[in-house]
Amino acid sequence: MSRYAAPGTEGALVTYQPRYDHWIGGAYVAPKQGGYFENPTPVNGQPFTEIARGTAEDVESAVDAAHAAAGSWGRTAPADRALVLNRVADRMEEHLEALAVAESWENGKPVRETLAADIPLAIDHFRYFAGVIRAQEGGISQIDEETVAYHFHEPLGVVGQIIPWNFPLLMAVWKLAPALAAGNAVVLKPAEQTPASIHYWMSLVADLLPPGVVNIVNGFGAEAGKPLAASPRVAKIAFTGETTTGRLIMQYASESLKPVTLELGGKSPNIFFDDVSASEDAFLDKALEGFTLFALNQGEVCTCPSRALIQRGHYRDFLDAGIARTERIVQGHPLDTDTMVGAQASNDQLEKILSYLDIGRQEGARVLTGGERAELGGELAGGYYVTPTILEGGNRMRVFQEEIFGPVVSVTGFDGFDEAMSLANDTLYGLGAGVWSRDGNTAYRAGRAIQAGRVWTNCYHQYPAHAAFGGYKQSGIGRENHRMMLDHYQQTKNLLVSYGEARMGLF
Amino acid sequence: MAEQARTAAGPPDAERVAFTEAAADLLRSLTGMHGPLMFHQSGGCCDGSSPMCYERGEFRTGEGDVLLGELRVDGVPEPVPFWISASQYEYWSHTHLTVDVVPGRGSGFSLEAPEGVRFLIRSRLLESDG
Repeated sequence: MSRYAAPGTEGALVTYQPRYDHWIGGAYVAPKQGGYFENPTPVNGQPFTEIARGTAEDVESAVDAAHAAAGSWGRTAPADRALVLNRVADRMEEHLEALAVAESWENGKPVRETLAADIPLAIDHFRYFAGVIRAQEGGISQIDEETVAYHFHEPLGVVGQIIPWNFPLLMAVWKLAPALAAGNAVVLKPAEQTPASIHYWMSLVADLLPPGVVNIVNGFGAEAGKPLAASPRVAKIAFTGETTTGRLIMQYASESLKPVTLELGGKSPNIFFDDVSASEDAFLDKALEGFTLFALNQGEVCTCPSRALIQRGHYRDFLDAGIARTERIVQGHPLDTDTMVGAQASNDQLEKILSYLDIGRQEGARVLTGGERAELGGELAGGYYVTPTILEGGNRMRVFQEEIFGPVVSVTGFDGFDEAMSLANDTLYGLGAGVWSRDGNTAYRAGRAIQAGRVWTNCYHQYPAHAAFGGYKQSGIGRENHRMMLDHYQQTKNLLVSYGEARMGLF
Repeated sequence: MAEQARTAAGPPDAERVAFTEAAADLLRSLTGMHGPLMFHQSGGCCDGSSPMCYERGEFRTGEGDVLLGELRVDGVPEPVPFWISASQYEYWSHTHLTVDVVPGRGSGFSLEAPEGVRFLIRSRLLESDG
C-alpha cells in the first residue's frame, strides 16, 4: 500500500489554489457579484478551496468570450484542431498521477480508480476525437447528370455543457473532446459539489488552448446553469444529471429552439444466468467481480449495476459468493492505493443513501451485508462513507426502481429467460445493463431484448472510446463516447449545385 | 377535469406528502427570497431521487405529472404544490413522503442549493399509517 500526500500538504503532487474565479477568454475573471462558496473534500468534509459563485452576468461574459473565439477555432484546419487535442492528451499523460490525486481529493473516489480509469480514459478520449475528426468526411450525392449535393460538416458555434460530480474530469472530457474536435467554443459549468479539479486540469493545459475556446463558469444550477441553458446565444446544451433538471433544461432550450443531449441515469440490471456457475473457474471469478462492481466509484455511476437478477438454479451459491466478495472490499482513505471504495461525494448524497436504506427495510428488503454509514474515524472522521450493501427483495420495491447512487445493490431471483427480460425492462430507465452467460446465444438474445443503450456482455463498467454510450427511455437523448457524438456538435451544410445551363422551364 | 386527472389516486383525504419543521423554515426563507414555490420530484442519476424546488411555474408540469399534494406552511402565503411524474408515481404510490432538509450541496437547479442545504425525501409505507 502507498498513500499519496493530500493536496497542499508536504510532498503532495498537487496544490489547489485557495480560490478559483471563472476562466473566461483565457484568463481568470472575478465574479461580477463578488460571491464565493466553499468547496469541501468528501474525504474529511473540510473545505480546501473557494469557488466563484457565478451568475447570469458571468455567463454572458463567458458566452461573449466564446463567440469571439468560435469563428477562428471553427475555421482552424481539422489537422490543427486534432493536434491541439493530442497535445492536451500528452500534457495530461505527463501529469497523470497529479490529476488522479486532484480528482480523488475533489470527489472522494479512490485514487486506485482515478489512476487506472478516470484519467487514462480522459486522455484517450482526447486522442480518439483527435483521430475521428481527421477521418471524418462529408458527402457528395449525385442527384442527376448536372446536379450535385455536397454535404459539409460545420460547427454549431458556441455550446454549453453542464457537468456532473461523479466523474468531474472524465465527464467534462466526454463533452469537451467532441465539441472541440468539431470546432465549437465551449462554456462549461462544473458541478457545484466538484468545481475545483477542472481548474487544476486547466492550469496544466491552458497554454495549449486558444483563449476563449474553453470557458469555465462556476456556480449553482439556479444561478449559473439556468442562464447558460436558456441563453439564446448558446447553440446547444449538453447535460448529465437527473430527470427533473433534464426536463427543465429541455424547457429552457425550447425557448430558443436549441438541441440538447441528456444523460439522465438508470437503474441498470445485471443478469446472471445459471450457467455462470457451471464451473469454478476464471469466468465465474470474473462474473463475481462483475456483481461486486455495484460498489465501483461508491455506486455513484449512472450505470451502476444496482439491480442484480440471479437465476434461481444457482441463486444461493452465487449470492453467497457475491456477499463474500463484497465483504472483502477495502474501504478507507481514498488516497491509499489499496482502497477500493472511498467517500460519497457530499453530505446530502450520504443522507439520501441512508434514507433509501431506511425505506428499503420498511418495504421488506433484507440487508445481507452492510446497510449503514461507515464511521472510519481518525483523519477520516467527518467524511461521507457508506459500507457496501446488498439488499434482497422484489423488483417493485423502491430500492429496485430508484437510482440510490450509493454502493448498494438490490438482488432478486428469476426462473427463466422471459422472466429475466421482464424484470430487466420493468424500469423507467434504459442506460446500461449486464448479461452474464457461457452460452453465446442466450447472451445475444438477452442483449437484444433489453431496452438499454449499453448492454455489457460478460463484462461490466468498461467505458472505452469508440463504444457508443447513451440511454433508452427516460435515460436521455444522444450517444457519447463515439464518433457519432460529432453529429450532436455539428450542423450539416448542404450545397445543392447545378452544373447545367438549361432553365427549369417553370417561369 | 384535467386537474382531477392529474391528482394522485386514492382516498381524497389521504395525505401523501408532508414536511419537517426544518423544511418549513427553509420554505419560509426561500419564499421571502423568490416568491411562491413549487416542488417536482426528480428521478435518475446524480441528484435524482431528490425533490427539486423552483419558483412556482418555473418548471412546466403537464399531463404526464401528478400533483401529490400541497404543502401548507405557516408564514408562507400560498400552498406549495408537490409534483411527481406519473410514471415515477406508479413506483412510489405505496409510500408517504416527508420533505426534510440536510446540510449539503446538491446540484441541479433547486433553489436552496446556494444556501448550503438540500431538500431530502424521507419515506414511510402508507399502509403503516396509524
